[in-house]
Amino acid sequence: MNNLELEKTANEIRKSIVSAVHSAKSGHPGGSLSAAELFTYLYFEEMNIDPKNPKWEDRDRFVLSKGHVAPGLYAALAERGYFPKEDLLTLRHTGSYLQGHPDMKHIPGVDMSSGSLGQGVSAAVGMAAAGKFDKKDYRVYTMTGDGEIQEGQIWEAAMWAGFRKLDNLVVIVDNNNLQIDGTVEEVCSPYPIDQKFEAFHFHTITINGNDFDEIRAAFQEARKTKGKPTAIIARTMKGKGVSFMENIADWHGKAPDDAQYQQAMEELQKAGEALCQR
Amino acid sequence: MSEIKKIATRDSYGNALAELGQTKPDLIVLDADLAGATKTGIFKKAFPERHWDCGIAEANMAGIAAGLSTCGKVPFISSFAMFAAGRAYEQVRNSIGYPHLNVKIGATHAGITVGEDGATHQCLEDLALMREIPGMVVINPSDDIEAKAAVKAAYEHVGPVYLRFGRLAVPIINDAPDYCFEIGKGRVLKEGTDVTIFATGLEVSESLEAARELEKDGISAEVINIHTIKPLDEELVAASAAKTKKVVTVEEHSVLGGLGSAVCEVLCEKAPAPVLRIGVEDRFGESGPAVELLHKYGLDAEGIYKKIKAYLG
Repeated sequence: MNNLELEKTANEIRKSIVSAVHSAKSGHPGGSLSAAELFTYLYFEEMNIDPKNPKWEDRDRFVLSKGHVAPGLYAALAERGYFPKEDLLTLRHTGSYLQGHPDMKHIPGVDMSSGSLGQGVSAAVGMAAAGKFDKKDYRVYTMTGDGEIQEGQIWEAAMWAGFRKLDNLVVIVDNNNLQIDGTVEEVCSPYPIDQKFEAFHFHTITINGNDFDEIRAAFQEARKTKGKPTAIIARTMKGKGVSFMENIADWHGKAPDDAQYQQAMEELQKAGEALCQR
Repeated sequence: MSEIKKIATRDSYGNALAELGQTKPDLIVLDADLAGATKTGIFKKAFPERHWDCGIAEANMAGIAAGLSTCGKVPFISSFAMFAAGRAYEQVRNSIGYPHLNVKIGATHAGITVGEDGATHQCLEDLALMREIPGMVVINPSDDIEAKAAVKAAYEHVGPVYLRFGRLAVPIINDAPDYCFEIGKGRVLKEGTDVTIFATGLEVSESLEAARELEKDGISAEVINIHTIKPLDEELVAASAAKTKKVVTVEEHSVLGGLGSAVCEVLCEKAPAPVLRIGVEDRFGESGPAVELLHKYGLDAEGIYKKIKAYLG
C-alpha cells in the first residue's frame, strides 16, 4: 500500500473505532485513535499474516499489551477481513465475542488475550523465544502504552528479551503522553523511554507514530537490526482525528454521546473525502 | 520406621521432567533462579537447550510460558509455591487461566515444611488461590510415585495445571503394583466405617499412620487420598461421607480455601455431614525444622490422631 491508501485505511479504522465505542456506550477511544496508523501499518503492510488462516503457525504475531485499546485492534482486524465489520457494533455487548479486552479464544486474529496492563510484552517475548528455538522466520510485535510501562513486569520482559537477543521482537510504545490521571509526566514519568530500553539492550527508534513515512522507515530499520530487539517509541496524539478528543486525557476511557458521535463521524467523513481528493 | 524409603516430591518433579524430556521435544522448563531447589536442574543437565532461566522474575516467567504455549510448546514453569501461585497469581489468572493455555506450574516448597526459612516462604494459600481459577487443574501428590505420575498426567492434559510439591522427604506409600494415577480420581487407601479422613499431599501418609492408631482404639477410619484438589472427586467424597457420616480433612495448607473447604462445598450440597478441618489455622507459619513444625502444628500422625480422637469424643 502507498501512503495515501494507508491513510484512507487508517481513517476507516478511526470511523470503526468511534462507531464501536459509541455502540458499546463505553470503551477506550483515545488510545485506539492515537494508534490507528500503527495498527494500519502492522495489519496492511508489515505483518506476514493470512486472515483466512488466523492460526497459521508461521504467521507473524501481534500482542496488544495495552489491551484496553481493543477497539483499535478489532477495527484493524475487521478492516483486514478477519471478521465482518458490522460485528464491531456488538463490542462489549452481552453475548458478543468482541469482549472489552482482547480474547484470543473467541476472536479470529487475536494472538493473545490481554488487558491487565504489563503482561502482554512477556507473552510476546515467549512467542519470539519460541520462534528462535524452532528456527522460524516469523516476527513478533507488541504494543504497550506509555503509562503501561510504569508496570514493573514490562522491564522484567525487556531485560530477558535483551539478554536473549530476541531480534525477531519489536516493542512499540504508543507514546501519546496521557494516562487516566493526567499526563504521564504528572502521574509518574517514564521518561526517558528510549534510554530505558537501550539500557536493557534494545535498539530504539523514536518516531512520529501518526506519520506513515516514519512508521515505514522504523519497521524497516527494525527488520535490519540483528542481535537485539527493537523498541519503537511512537510519539502520537491521543484521540487523533476527532477534534474534541485530541490530547484530552478524559477521552481515555469514555464513549461519545449521540451528538458527539455525529460530530466525530462528520469530521472523519470530511477527512476521508479530503483524502479522496488528493 | 527408619527403613521406609523417603523422597521429597520436588526431587520427583525434577526426575519426572528429565524422563519426559527424552520423548517430548516440545517440553520446555522455565525456572526463576531456583533450579537447584526446585530440582529442574536435573532436567537442565539432560536438556540444557530446553531449560530457560528467567531470573528472579516470576511474573515475566508466567507470561513467557503463556506465549510459548501459543506456539505449540508445553512449558513447565517452576518456582516455590509462594512465588508461583502468590507472586505471579494475577499473571497465572489472566495470561494463562483466562485464555486456558497449555502451561504447567510446578510449585515446590509448599506449606510449613519449607522449614527454617519461615513464614515468608511457607505458602499456605496456594491451593485456595489456584482452585479458584476457572479451568485450572490442581494436583497435590502424596509421594514420589504419585508425583512422577502427576507430572506425566499434567503433560498429557491439555490446559493449565498447578502441581504442588514439597521440600521434605516423605515416605513412599503408592508402591502397590496396581497403582494408577488419574486426574480427578481419589484413592481409597484404607476402608473404614466410623469416620472418613480425606487427606492430601504429605498428610496422606501421616493420616494413614493416625488411622492405624485409631484402629487400636476400636475406631474404624476410612482413609482417602485426594491428590487432585480440582476437579475434586465429588462422587467419592459424597459416597464415603454418606457411609461414615463423619468427615475429617487433613492438609498442609490453611484450613481456609483448600481441601477442607473443597470437601465442605461438596458435602453441604450432596451429603451433609459434620466436618473437622485439620490444617494450619488462620495464621502464618514460622521458622523451625520441618518435622518439628509438623508436630507443633498438629499435622503429624500423632497430632492428627489426637484431634480426631477429641472430635469423635
